[in-house]
Amino acid sequence: MADSFAARVVPLVVACALLAAFPFVGGKFYVDLMLTTMIFAIFALSLELLVGRTGLVSFGHAAFFGIAAYVTALLSPQSESPSVLWLLPVVLVVTALAALAIGALSLRTRGIYFIMVTLAFAQMAYFVFHDMKFAGGSDGRYLYVKPVLALGPYTLVDFDRPLTFYFATLALLVLVYALLAAIGRSRFGHALSGIKANEQRMRAAGFSTYPYKLAAFVLAGALAGVAGFLYAVKDGYVNPEILAWHQSGTVLLMLILGGIGSLRGAVVGAFLFVVLKELFQSEALFGGFAKHWQLPLGLTIIACVALMPNGIIGLPSQLRRTRVPVPHAG
Amino acid sequence: MPDDVLLTATNVSRRFGGLTAVDRVSLTLERGEVHSVIGTNGAGKSTLVNVLAGEITASSGRVELQGRDVTRWPQPRRARAGIGRSYQRTTIFPRSTVFENCRLSAQAHYQQALDWWNPATACTKSTQLAHQAIEHAGLTGQAHRIAGTLSHGQKRQLEIAMCLATAPQVLLLDEPLAGMGAEETERMLALLAALKPGHAILLVEHDMDAVFRIADRITVMVNGAVIASGAPDAIRNNADVQTAYLGEIERPAEAAPS
Repeated sequence: MADSFAARVVPLVVACALLAAFPFVGGKFYVDLMLTTMIFAIFALSLELLVGRTGLVSFGHAAFFGIAAYVTALLSPQSESPSVLWLLPVVLVVTALAALAIGALSLRTRGIYFIMVTLAFAQMAYFVFHDMKFAGGSDGRYLYVKPVLALGPYTLVDFDRPLTFYFATLALLVLVYALLAAIGRSRFGHALSGIKANEQRMRAAGFSTYPYKLAAFVLAGALAGVAGFLYAVKDGYVNPEILAWHQSGTVLLMLILGGIGSLRGAVVGAFLFVVLKELFQSEALFGGFAKHWQLPLGLTIIACVALMPNGIIGLPSQLRRTRVPVPHAG
Repeated sequence: MPDDVLLTATNVSRRFGGLTAVDRVSLTLERGEVHSVIGTNGAGKSTLVNVLAGEITASSGRVELQGRDVTRWPQPRRARAGIGRSYQRTTIFPRSTVFENCRLSAQAHYQQALDWWNPATACTKSTQLAHQAIEHAGLTGQAHRIAGTLSHGQKRQLEIAMCLATAPQVLLLDEPLAGMGAEETERMLALLAALKPGHAILLVEHDMDAVFRIADRITVMVNGAVIASGAPDAIRNNADVQTAYLGEIERPAEAAPS
């Protein structure tokens, strides 16, 4: 028992320590890349609650990432820095309400229909921001000042300072991870796993499964909102592409690469995806071919999925299984 | 009406388009009694179980649980009110342990869906219920096995254990003996006999020997409707029942020449 606890916690502590040390050793470009990775890790973790835990494959999760990013940009004043203390809660409440409305309707369907309906809602959100004048249309919208966390005259966290932003994001990543880990052990989390494994049996036992699924959908949407908020603040710019279907597909691919059904898999998958994309986009490595980065990225993903059906996280147990000697082979 | 009548169905029908799967069926389930429903394939027995459990709603008629009209209640609410069911096709959480299968079922009474901090296993009431159900169903040594790796007979026992873990008063058992060997059948019949005093049991079953051994009352369904209902001896000697069952045997012989 103590061993398995250590085996679970030690890698997480080491990963946190490495992430915390990284800004002091890595170059500016790499620190920025790591920041992007952490934001996408939060995004992937939020979807893991739906796909891995509850068995709800949403193909529209970028809607909540994008809505949060847009609300952040639209609510940020032109000159004076807004306080995180009101901006982030407002962004999350708006995103959660959007998830409540979309979830309430799409959870009336199942399986492939659920995938299609969530995709349709996300595309609707895309066209709302694409076609509305107030949101800047296809040009997007700039965020001129970054928020701060201030107590009286003391500025505790200023998102305009890269190092501060990095550590604030790391703290949020750890918080989201811890929340989802706690949920995984809780009665709520066990009920969601039961719904994934056998919803019919859950209803026969006495669980009204619809409210459970809706709660998971809203929470996942709100947590995607945390990532969307950080994304908008980091880049200082939002455009409709961040809620397009490629973005929903990207975050699903992160889960598949890392290994569905594991929080660590979601984080590792996000890291791997961002690194691979950056690698294939690098002109230093690939020269002119770098502009065709989608081709090698796609092939790599296909190879990963074919060779590691349970993702990176499932690789150790996959290797252990193949090493077991087969007595009557051939 | 005695307190021991737990479930009453009155003129319950269920239609699927033009097909009437269950046709004006009335029956009662009493505590301390095994009420068996028999009938040929397609007689509507499983549909009847689904209607009583609330998995599908009745097209017409009325279902009462301890005097309360539950006809419009969805299945989870009926389950929490005391109706437990098992499935003809094993319906378990195959990748969880036997214990977690039962613990999660028991959790239905202690859901606390907004407690995201305390571990599920810290809920002592549901773990106690789970252990009791496992012991009752005769799976004590198997608690930490992964459910999907159990033998067929053990999975059927687990199916009952999960039902018991929700502490139901009414048990709707859909062919619990399906595919079981002689020894496993004996064990299951002993379990049903042990459960009888505290529960009202509806037993849908194809194994006629078992039915006539354990049932206190038997209802016979043909084409969705009840053709006879009464004590086992009365059913055995009922002319309509004999025709229905013998007719089933004769038909293939007549059809054979063509």
